[in-house]
Amino acid sequence: MDAFWIILTGSLVAVSCAILGSFLILRKMSMVGDAISHSVLPGIVIAFFIAGSMQSIWMLVGAGILGILTTFLIEFFHQKGRLQTDASIGVTFTWLFALGVILVTYYAGNAHIDQDCILHGEIAYVPIDLIYDSNGNAIGPKAVIILSFVLGLILLFVVLFYKELFITTFDASFAKVVGISTNKWHYALMGLVSLTTVASFESVGAILVVALLIAPAAAAYLITNQLKVMLLLSSAFGILSAFFGYWLSYLVDGSIAGAMVTVAGIIFAICYFIVRFKK
Amino acid sequence: MSNSFVKQVDNPVLEIHDLTVSYDKKPVLWGIDLSIPAGSICGIIGPNGAGKSTLIKAIMDLVDMNSGYVKLFDQTLDEVRKRVSYVPQRESVDWDFPASVLDVVLMGRYANLGLFKNPRKADKEAAMKALEMVGMDKYSKRQISQLSGGQQQRVFLARALTQNADIYFLDEPFAGVDAATEKAIFKILQNLSKEGKTIIVVHHDLQSVETYFEWVILLNLRLVASGPTPEVFTPSLLEETYGGKLTLLTEVGELVQQGEFKAREKQ
Repeated sequence: MDAFWIILTGSLVAVSCAILGSFLILRKMSMVGDAISHSVLPGIVIAFFIAGSMQSIWMLVGAGILGILTTFLIEFFHQKGRLQTDASIGVTFTWLFALGVILVTYYAGNAHIDQDCILHGEIAYVPIDLIYDSNGNAIGPKAVIILSFVLGLILLFVVLFYKELFITTFDASFAKVVGISTNKWHYALMGLVSLTTVASFESVGAILVVALLIAPAAAAYLITNQLKVMLLLSSAFGILSAFFGYWLSYLVDGSIAGAMVTVAGIIFAICYFIVRFKK
Repeated sequence: MSNSFVKQVDNPVLEIHDLTVSYDKKPVLWGIDLSIPAGSICGIIGPNGAGKSTLIKAIMDLVDMNSGYVKLFDQTLDEVRKRVSYVPQRESVDWDFPASVLDVVLMGRYANLGLFKNPRKADKEAAMKALEMVGMDKYSKRQISQLSGGQQQRVFLARALTQNADIYFLDEPFAGVDAATEKAIFKILQNLSKEGKTIIVVHHDLQSVETYFEWVILLNLRLVASGPTPEVFTPSLLEETYGGKLTLLTEVGELVQQGEFKAREKQ
């Protein structure tokens, strides 16, 4: 049963990341995902101390705010400060992350929140942390429930606003001229990236979540040239990574999240060689 | 006093007043004042870096203005968006994007759809009709990454055509396209103009200006001239526009000669 919950958690994270990551890649913003996954740290810590517990809803809110702030700062330094995007990303997220590190170490020992848990997560603990109904029966692991909620939100967002995401990603100027606010969709998307990162960090950690944002989507990008197919394929690659990753970690008795990302990398490599040798 | 010629018209479809745009405190457009009559095919001409694209972007509210205003049909852009169509430079988008030709052309219909609504049959028919007009109907399912430069430009024009606008802004539609495409695009623009629609084109090639445009805007940071082609496309105003740019001066020289000997044929 543990294996089932772990693979399910990994799949939920991977599919959420794959869908958002597809849009990040097409917007040439892969590194913004990286930035957000790190700079949500102070948001998590602050939310933790305001709420006084690991109440996930507050962490999601805190991180969501920080994620949007990060996106805003990156845009601000780029457009008003005339800094290249990559420099702007580099400055913004390391600074916010450092702030988070200070906050975490300042409150260290105060609670079960530390850098290690945020950066690396531990998916193996997912089946232990259960949510119970009013009769005291276990409904399921907390992470699974939260991640299902996040994935549902992402699916709803992409299905309802596919057209807006499509046009603002492909041709922002044209979108703006026909009256579709590119900024609004940009921030909505980045808000979701923040939510996903936070919801995932307890299980796979803030670093590996970046890999799941980019690798499956990049692999799908290589082998298809239809956006809808790319979204489906990248999700499938995400699930495969979770499944075979668990299996791999069992074989080598190593980190589960690390193995999942390793498999995602292998899938990317296979796609790369398929495309390479077809030509 | 420098040489200039600006003809203002009554009931303009496009009116620009005192427009100034700057990037990084450096002015790119300075005090532009002009008006364009309805139904004309108008060319925006000037050397590289003259601010031609910026002028269109300012009209489309894609860059911030320092001063001035733009009116379309005597209203602000927000009030008349549905009557306005814009064809950005071909290079402004990533043609490796995972989309088909039809996907891109359908974007022209998005403005009329609103939130939560997906393109319907009528929209697809409009897109196919536009593709037929530009001679690309056989390519509707083709991936955009497989298109040539000329085909990309046709797709962009088709997308604009689905909007059924009253005024069209095209940013360098003839840049890097084959001769057949250039001719086909110009034909379509001419037909639109005959229907009373106004066409405004950022253009590079001085050779074809007299054939293509009834109205010419000469631009080099400031407005040098705006008026009917015969009155504006003169050696002295061209020199005023291109003055100081050595390579382009030779082009101007050629044009002066052609003007004297009436070498050009009208199509």
